[in-house]
Amino acid sequence: MSGTFVGMPAFPTAAREALGDTQLRRNLAHATHTIRDKRARVVAEVEDWEDLRLSGAGVKEAALRDLATHLETLEASLVRAGATVHWARDAEEACAIVASVARSHGADEVVKVKSMATQEIGLNEALEAEGIAAWETDLAELIVQLGEDLPSHILVPAIHRNRAEIREIFMRRMADVGRAAPDDLTDEPAVLAGAAREHLREKFLRARVAVSGANFAVADTGTLVVVESEGNGRMCLTLPDVLVSVVGIEKVVATWSDLDPMLRLLPRSSTGERMNPYTSTWSGVTPGDGPQEVHVVLLDNGRTRALADDVGRQALRCIRCSACLNVCPVYERVGGHAYGSVYPGPIGAILNPLLRGVSDEQTASLPYASSLCGACFEVCPVRIDIPSVLVDQRAAVVDSHRGDRVPKAEAVAMRAAAWTFSDSRRLRWAERASGLAGRVIGRFSRTSLPGGRPAAGRLPGPAACWTGARDLPAPPAESFREWWDRTDGGRDGGGS
Amino acid sequence: MSARDEILGRVRAALADVSPAVSVPAAPRVPDRGDLAALFVERVEDYRAVVTRCTADELAGVVAGVLGGASSVVPPALGLDVPGAVVDDGLTSAELDRVDAVVTRARVGIAETGTIVLDHAPDQGRRAISLVPDLHVCIVAADQVVADVPDAIAVLDPARPLTWISGPSATSDIELDRVEGVHGPRTLHVVLVG
Ligand code: SF4
Repeated sequence: MSGTFVGMPAFPTAAREALGDTQLRRNLAHATHTIRDKRARVVAEVEDWEDLRLSGAGVKEAALRDLATHLETLEASLVRAGATVHWARDAEEACAIVASVARSHGADEVVKVKSMATQEIGLNEALEAEGIAAWETDLAELIVQLGEDLPSHILVPAIHRNRAEIREIFMRRMADVGRAAPDDLTDEPAVLAGAAREHLREKFLRARVAVSGANFAVADTGTLVVVESEGNGRMCLTLPDVLVSVVGIEKVVATWSDLDPMLRLLPRSSTGERMNPYTSTWSGVTPGDGPQEVHVVLLDNGRTRALADDVGRQALRCIRCSACLNVCPVYERVGGHAYGSVYPGPIGAILNPLLRGVSDEQTASLPYASSLCGACFEVCPVRIDIPSVLVDQRAAVVDSHRGDRVPKAEAVAMRAAAWTFSDSRRLRWAERASGLAGRVIGRFSRTSLPGGRPAAGRLPGPAACWTGARDLPAPPAESFREWWDRTDGGRDGGGS
Repeated sequence: MSARDEILGRVRAALADVSPAVSVPAAPRVPDRGDLAALFVERVEDYRAVVTRCTADELAGVVAGVLGGASSVVPPALGLDVPGAVVDDGLTSAELDRVDAVVTRARVGIAETGTIVLDHAPDQGRRAISLVPDLHVCIVAADQVVADVPDAIAVLDPARPLTWISGPSATSDIELDRVEGVHGPRTLHVVLVG
């Protein structure tokens, strides 16, 4: 039913298309700026924010460094509390477990709380193939699902759609899958939300099986935590008889009190609120209250691969707050789809290659989807040093091409640069040649950079790899040495 | 090999050379904010929830006034007489959907964040009753209000299901315009007693 990221083009191609979509860029700029201003305000309220970040990073890092122990503790606590624990090596195994639970109850539909892990494993598509309909109940996810579209942001997945488009999607599609949108539906956000409420309430009240993820899993108490705003999470976690939660193994924290820094860091970093409207916690089964059959699927799907990476391991601390997306100059301009993954933005640029390796062109392009400005590290509540991991992943991409018969253009360029820089006469000659090229590019370029400097739009040959996703400033017509010689180091006033 | 053993094996192999010892810096304590009840009221109102302060003697009258004749459901041990209310004895979701309002108590209030936490003890009822009706009237005693999240975590029992509530249900999914009440109660009325 909903789209899939499989087979998406590599970042540079997808980004070029996104850049041409002015509506998308306007929507994104509005969203990212609004959320980051809110975040900055509520973060400034907390006197010891830096200490809180250190504590949050420490809680997650400690849990990761001793993960096997914590997972065993978590399993034991969950079982003691009446839950059934499953383990899934990969997406296929996890989907099969969820499908078999649904089938064992004869369910041909499930209601879902928004969850990155279930999107990552393509659960909706897998269930559909088994004849089980999976209904997304988060408003934004509903918009994405009905629009047969892909999410573009971790926190506000339908941010690329405006109200008129949403109204059109509701009018066109709601009737096919349940309660129709009212005939007099307007594009007022409150009216649209009201239509979603009616449409989904019907599904909440009849669903027997629900599927969720978890923001945190507490090892010593077997408690799962879901953080949300709309109440659709509470609906799914409370009304159906059966609950299946798909939980990445990196979600574990050791103790109940470890939740303290996390619940102070997450809402402020994410939606820019002191606290999100709803947080639900549950430990297994509570007789007479909520689902009486509770399953937890502990998911690997590449996480142990990331765990083995000394530099990249820290990416598993991520609590999916999306703060790094909202400050990223690259994300702000190209949006979420260009990353070809449910994890977009700076965190996606490191997490995808770490989880899946860099053997395919799509993931290999992601570590380059960054200006390395460092803003993502500054805002990250668990202090993930995204720029360092990006650089390290770029090295991994280059390493993976060492044995290629035809070396990558970048490697050729670097070798040529090394040869040129190692001899001053060669460098002087190269600078003259570059000045000449600058004059040529300057004459033929169609684009110019801010400040009016001419730029090469798209160069032919191997250089297209670089200029395909960037505007390359034309080299200056005169080299520094030439300028120095001509003006005697600027003393004769001829500097420009 | 079972998936469990394989995953745990991979985890151990990935961390073979990594020392498990990391020092976790303690989360900072929160500064003294003075009058907690006043801060709590201010912060709850910030979420577009309605807050009324009253004495224990005034409580029944205040609750009746807030309900204004709406049909309501109450948990079995609310400890307050709400005329006309249905006492929950396991109503179905469809039955709850036909009720306008619910009155519950809470386990703890958090001043800094304007949050109430329900642990679904008999004076608060099971999770479904505070979720399905459109108006939630929640009674909090002033001495239940703590300063911030760490104090709440310390009081709460993880073995119980917990619901942390900060304002009414809300979404900002459509062009970031905040809309109250998508799925949970559209109106939250907190009554602070004492
Ligand atoms: S990397 Fe950090 S800032 Fe980005 S989503 Fe994860 S926790 Fe948030």
